[in-house]
Amino acid sequence: MSKDNSPVKLWRFHGGVQPPERKALANTTPIRTLPLPKVLYIPLRQHIGMSGSLCVQQGERVLRGQALTEPGVYGGLPIHAPTSGLVGEVVEHPSNHPSQIPEPALTLIPDGEHQAIEFQGLANPTALSSLELIQHLHHAGIAGLGGAGFPTAQKLTLARTIELLIINGVECEPYIVSDDRLMREHAATIIRGVVLLQHILQHQQQAPEAVIAVEDNKPEAVAALTAALGNEHPNIRLQVIPTLYPSGGEKQLIQVLTGKQVPARGYPADLGILMQNVGTAFAIATAIDQGQPLMERVVTLTGEAFQQPGTAWVLLGTPIQHLLECGALEPSAQQRIIVGGPMMGYTVADPRTPIIKTTNCILAPNTVELPAAGAESPCIRCGMCEQVCPASLLPQQLLWLAKAKDHPGLAKHNLADCIECGACAYVCPSEIPLVHYYRKAKAEVREEKIEQQQSEIARLRFEARQERLEREKQERLERHKQAAKAREKALAERAKQAAATPDSTPTAATGKTSADPIQAAIARAKAKRAAQQAQAEPSTNEAAELDPQKARVAAAIARAKAKRAEQQQQAEPSNASAAEPVELDPQKARVAAAVARAKAKRAAMAAESATTDDNNPKPAGDPNKP
Amino acid sequence: MSFYIASSPHSHFNRTTQNIMQLVLFAMVPGVIAQLYFFGWGVLFQLTLAISVALLAEAAVMLLRDRPIKPALNDYSAVVTAALLAVSIPPLAPWWLIVVGTLFAILVVKHVFGGIGQNIFNPAMAAYVMLLISFPVQMTSWMPPALPGYTAPNFIDSLWLFLTTFTTDGYSLEQARLVELSGSLDAMVMATPLDYIKTELGQGYTLQETLQSDLFSIFAGAGWQWVNFAYLAGGLILLQQRVITWHIPTALLGTIGLGAIIGTIVAPDTLPGFNIHVLSGGAMLAAFFIATDPVSAATSNKGKIIYAALIGALIYIIRTWGGYPDAVAFAVLLANLCVPVIDQYTRPRVYGHGGAR
Repeated sequence: MSKDNSPVKLWRFHGGVQPPERKALANTTPIRTLPLPKVLYIPLRQHIGMSGSLCVQQGERVLRGQALTEPGVYGGLPIHAPTSGLVGEVVEHPSNHPSQIPEPALTLIPDGEHQAIEFQGLANPTALSSLELIQHLHHAGIAGLGGAGFPTAQKLTLARTIELLIINGVECEPYIVSDDRLMREHAATIIRGVVLLQHILQHQQQAPEAVIAVEDNKPEAVAALTAALGNEHPNIRLQVIPTLYPSGGEKQLIQVLTGKQVPARGYPADLGILMQNVGTAFAIATAIDQGQPLMERVVTLTGEAFQQPGTAWVLLGTPIQHLLECGALEPSAQQRIIVGGPMMGYTVADPRTPIIKTTNCILAPNTVELPAAGAESPCIRCGMCEQVCPASLLPQQLLWLAKAKDHPGLAKHNLADCIECGACAYVCPSEIPLVHYYRKAKAEVREEKIEQQQSEIARLRFEARQERLEREKQERLERHKQAAKAREKALAERAKQAAATPDSTPTAATGKTSADPIQAAIARAKAKRAAQQAQAEPSTNEAAELDPQKARVAAAIARAKAKRAEQQQQAEPSNASAAEPVELDPQKARVAAAVARAKAKRAAMAAESATTDDNNPKPAGDPNKP
Repeated sequence: MSFYIASSPHSHFNRTTQNIMQLVLFAMVPGVIAQLYFFGWGVLFQLTLAISVALLAEAAVMLLRDRPIKPALNDYSAVVTAALLAVSIPPLAPWWLIVVGTLFAILVVKHVFGGIGQNIFNPAMAAYVMLLISFPVQMTSWMPPALPGYTAPNFIDSLWLFLTTFTTDGYSLEQARLVELSGSLDAMVMATPLDYIKTELGQGYTLQETLQSDLFSIFAGAGWQWVNFAYLAGGLILLQQRVITWHIPTALLGTIGLGAIIGTIVAPDTLPGFNIHVLSGGAMLAAFFIATDPVSAATSNKGKIIYAALIGALIYIIRTWGGYPDAVAFAVLLANLCVPVIDQYTRPRVYGHGGAR
């Protein structure tokens, strides 16, 4: 093995800060085991993917290690009972998230016996395939314990050809010592986890090289790992790196160790690199060798407000209130309870908030060690933020752009690449809460994107509708054209017939045939008007009259009116053709028709001697119908 | 029970704008002491009046703008502006000069543009330029440095000169100087070493002949060199305290030095060398205290280098071919104008975005 003092080239990332570490507050005592809390709130949904369905009943007694839910879809992890007790109801409980938005959580009332199921480790894991081991880890509910709580099984499945496995024991946030204590006390198990990870990630019988990275402010952890490594693991290297916040960030650590940068919007896997936290390696070893699912984790209780700071094994779902009691919190005015460290941690208002898989620290500072933020003053463009930004961003420009809500400008200045490490706000002499502005701007950009998508969908829908209406209009016009043609044809036909009749003089016939259709049309129109008046037909729109449907509606109205007006006179039932309202409005229609007929007759008399009542067009019906 | 809510980070580096400005003022102390030693009491009067006027003006503007007054006075930015102007002008210039200059710096250059952090130009330098083109006589009447055989005006005379432009004996500054200089330095009519060199060279003397004057000793201008060394020391304090980065001083002095070295090689008889350029004028003050004013400087490291190199080049060009013997203020203002363009084209490559942009 290569020792930590071997001359391996290290790179450095841009910027970084060295806030007071204050790790000695909690790292001098061994990891404690706490008394059982009175109640556990276990969130059903785990970080990513869907929550699985419950597989226990309310009131049922469960044992430590028993699965409470089935694995959910999309990488949803199952949850397990961290101790024996009675299953309570599913309640909406404040989530362990900056928003504290309530989410469904299963309550579990510990019975104090801490009785476990019989854990069955895998006897010979290296004989099993990667897929089987990954499946096992998924059922054990293992998630990344370092940062975002990404399901480990999913991360391992997505990883393709991994050449370098980085085990992150950097723990660069001030105050937090969970990984430090874990490495000191369980170095051998961590290394076992690394070996298993190497086995899972082997590609064509070739296990990736593993590097365990630890900051040089943890000499005891380094010593413990060195001792545990011995000479048996030539493929695992322990690498001590200089203490500089945020070297524990995934992207920054990769740069420190390899000099490479993870491409923007890419993944470490694109470089053939996979990173796991030391806590995750420990959990993997425990899950595979001892068959224990993820039920507890090391949490640092630190800050001057705790009278008994230190580290502890905390059951998942333990309310923070329980830890405050165990650490003998003496709260001051405006006491902050920070989940995580002073740089990236978030405050929670509700002490019932449960510990989840990603909770590595509960920090309760007094106002001397971490004073409340001072008043924000104007930016003096000092550029310190840019000097310390580990992503090489221009925080000051981003601030202007965020304040101006200039979203294209923010995109151009790569707001999305901000890892929210807080280095810029840490050094800002004007005490501008830069990260806060960036988070807000990111949310606004996200919202704008969603709005844009929605308006795009609305636009497409509107355009499709306009197109449909236009198409229907064209079809209607086409129908009218066809109808007009048919009508002309019919009239021409009739004129021909009239011309052919013997009693019309040939000379007159030749002269009048051309006038025939016009005269007939005028007559028809007049007749129609008359009929309309008679019917009190509301619509004079030609289209409406031509549209059979509208005509039918009009007819129905007319029918109803007629019915009311002349209830007893109603001789003709409405079972006549609905398209011929004239027949359905007996008296008025008949009168009107008669008037129209008379007019039409007069008008067409000279030319059309053959015109009879039958030929008279029907006022509101389809005029094409003879 | 509900706990207090705050946004991360919860930790803050214990340095505020106020601390930075105080450090700048502290770093100016060696330079001010050197000026005090070589040029008499005047600089103290200038500083006192300038700072008082600046604070009053700042408070008045904040009142007019309906902004909180206390934070504005507490950030010491007005004090720094006033101090930089006060040490830049001749120590025994009449009192109204510094009053006009300070008012211009605070009211026009700083607050008309929006107050702290918003000004395009360095307020002290803009005020200096305004004074120089408005009151050229007063602005070029420097006291000769304290040298053997010369006694600087005493405290009372200095104060009298400052307030009334006459000594207690009724001499004007010019008359007093002539009386005082009747000994060894009677030939000296030039106010500053750079001014003297420019005039002498203009009259056809060689550089070597010019440098024979008592106005020059070991490295460069007598007295001036020590003032410059003192500002260099102060600048190194700022660097060590990380108030400023190395980029601006190095690029600025490096460019002047490069110009001077090329000049010496090309025309050793007529172009002053590196030592004269860097130690006889306002170069050190400019490099560590003026060009490093963050508000009016470029932001990225690359941008800072370009910005400072531009100032250095302009200083050398104006000194060599322009009409002014020292050119710091003009150079700084011209470079201030270029800052937006420099910033636009010197954005650093963001993590994970391969290739130069």
